Amino acid sequence: MGMTFAEKILSKYAKEKETTPGQIVTVHPNHVLTHDNTAAIIQKISKELDSHGVFSSDLPVIVLDHVIPAASEKTALNHKLVREFVKKHHIKHFYDVGQGVCHQIVIEKGLALPGQLVLGSDSHTCSYGAIGAFSSGIDRTEAAALLLTGETWLKVPQSIQMIFEGQLQKMVSAKDVILHIIRDISASGATYCSVEFHGQVSEFSVDDRFTITNMGVEMGAKNAVFFVDDITKKYLGSIGVSENRYDSIQADTDAIYQDSLTYDISDIVPLVACPHTVDNVKPADELNDIQIDQCLIGTCTNGRGSDLEVAANILKGKRVHPDVRLIILPASKSIFQHALEKGYIKIFVDAGAMILPPGCGPCLGAHQGVLSPGERCLSTANRNFKGRMGSKEAEIYLASPATVASSAIKGTITDPREVI
Amino acid sequence: MSVWRYGDDINTDMLFPGKYTYTCSTAEEIKPHLLEDLDPTFAKNVQKDDLILAGKNFGCGSSREQPVVGLKAVGVKAVIAKSFARIFYRSAINQGLLLLEIPHAVDAYHEGDVVDVDIQKGVITVGSTTFSFPKIPPEILAIRDAGGLLNYTREKIQKRL
Repeated sequence: MGMTFAEKILSKYAKEKETTPGQIVTVHPNHVLTHDNTAAIIQKISKELDSHGVFSSDLPVIVLDHVIPAASEKTALNHKLVREFVKKHHIKHFYDVGQGVCHQIVIEKGLALPGQLVLGSDSHTCSYGAIGAFSSGIDRTEAAALLLTGETWLKVPQSIQMIFEGQLQKMVSAKDVILHIIRDISASGATYCSVEFHGQVSEFSVDDRFTITNMGVEMGAKNAVFFVDDITKKYLGSIGVSENRYDSIQADTDAIYQDSLTYDISDIVPLVACPHTVDNVKPADELNDIQIDQCLIGTCTNGRGSDLEVAANILKGKRVHPDVRLIILPASKSIFQHALEKGYIKIFVDAGAMILPPGCGPCLGAHQGVLSPGERCLSTANRNFKGRMGSKEAEIYLASPATVASSAIKGTITDPREVI
Repeated sequence: MSVWRYGDDINTDMLFPGKYTYTCSTAEEIKPHLLEDLDPTFAKNVQKDDLILAGKNFGCGSSREQPVVGLKAVGVKAVIAKSFARIFYRSAINQGLLLLEIPHAVDAYHEGDVVDVDIQKGVITVGSTTFSFPKIPPEILAIRDAGGLLNYTREKIQKRL
């Protein structure tokens, strides 16, 4: 009988011939990602780290990105504790403040490869399916246990197959596609499942795939994956990863799925997730009355080179509306450098935008663009939960970089097809 | 014993606001902020052995474990919901907080009903109706019996020496 991607990869890691949904397997992931929360994680196991050390200095990937540069004495102390830990235990994969958002770093540095298993104490760890890895989020306690033992258990999930047909309209992006899917199946529509994307996937670059898999958790998925194809191979080649370093695991054609859904992507229009759930999705052109106080372009969902390029093309020679604050965060230092070289940063600054260092910043309401009561933010991030960006009386709307850039100019939510 | 009743899609920001994620890690730091943006009366009035009854997708969103650590620390006996988000469910195993996915029990509840959870027998009684819940798999039970994942791990690495 054929196996799904999840069944195949978990069989590989469990060293079993086959696995079936519901089965619990013991696995050793290639890497465990932690970020600013590393400080809290290592404090839980400080005695054990002293006596037993880290399972392997190659296992952890640590990226300081959530509150960078430090916003308070407490967060500065956290960063200091992490740096001391990294030195003491000779951690191989450490990226200090300013290098980028953890998920972007994992992909860019080739720390998740096709056919690998990566776990991380961040819910958006599911992103690495963009290049054909199996990746999923865990909590801090489990990350602590993994640092000590290098192993954990996973339940083999049921899988959902999503098949794309057609071609995207102009100014419609991967972000609109994933918002369309989440509207269709709801914020819990893929709970506990492995989601596989099939069909007309050649429409999507690795950046696009990253946006889609990043939001897998917003429909409850355990992981979300695009299988390796020429687009993946080309991307991996561009970051110096040759084909002999990875295992292009694909589902069998006779695999059994819990559900199979077909989406004609040519029907999709620019969409916006309205407060306070990601599945409360409406067409952008039905929200023209909604005034915006802050716009945000960036985050692990939409802070890549192609996202900044789209925004720069829209903002070139334009001015941000006087009542709007536009904040832009490149997702990594290398993307920031690319945006500098391409002239995007000049376009943004000339248009009246503020540029923040590559990190998570305002997305989680920790600092750098927190909202006051009654304010509205239109963001390219992945979550619009009540209170997430500061006040619980603020509202967060989610959209593509094109929609956010267009709306920043108009001051109200705007379908990008009106501006171009 | 009180029953705290909430709806669908209760996310981790409602259970514990993200703005405190990097400043509050211990149970004592977490407790005052539990459910702050969802129900400001909860942190003040919650008592040991209270129950939470909720709709589908409870605990969706962030992987932060403060909601689970906090609910366990204030003595919540169990969260009974129509469904749970996966990281939250996993986190509850790691912290030893009992989660029960029993949609019919949630639907059966009426204001004022007495709810009783018997972990040994694997049954929950809502008013006059009794529902059973499935046995916990042995791999998961071992973590629970050790008093959570950290204790389980400590036992494991001691054996390794």
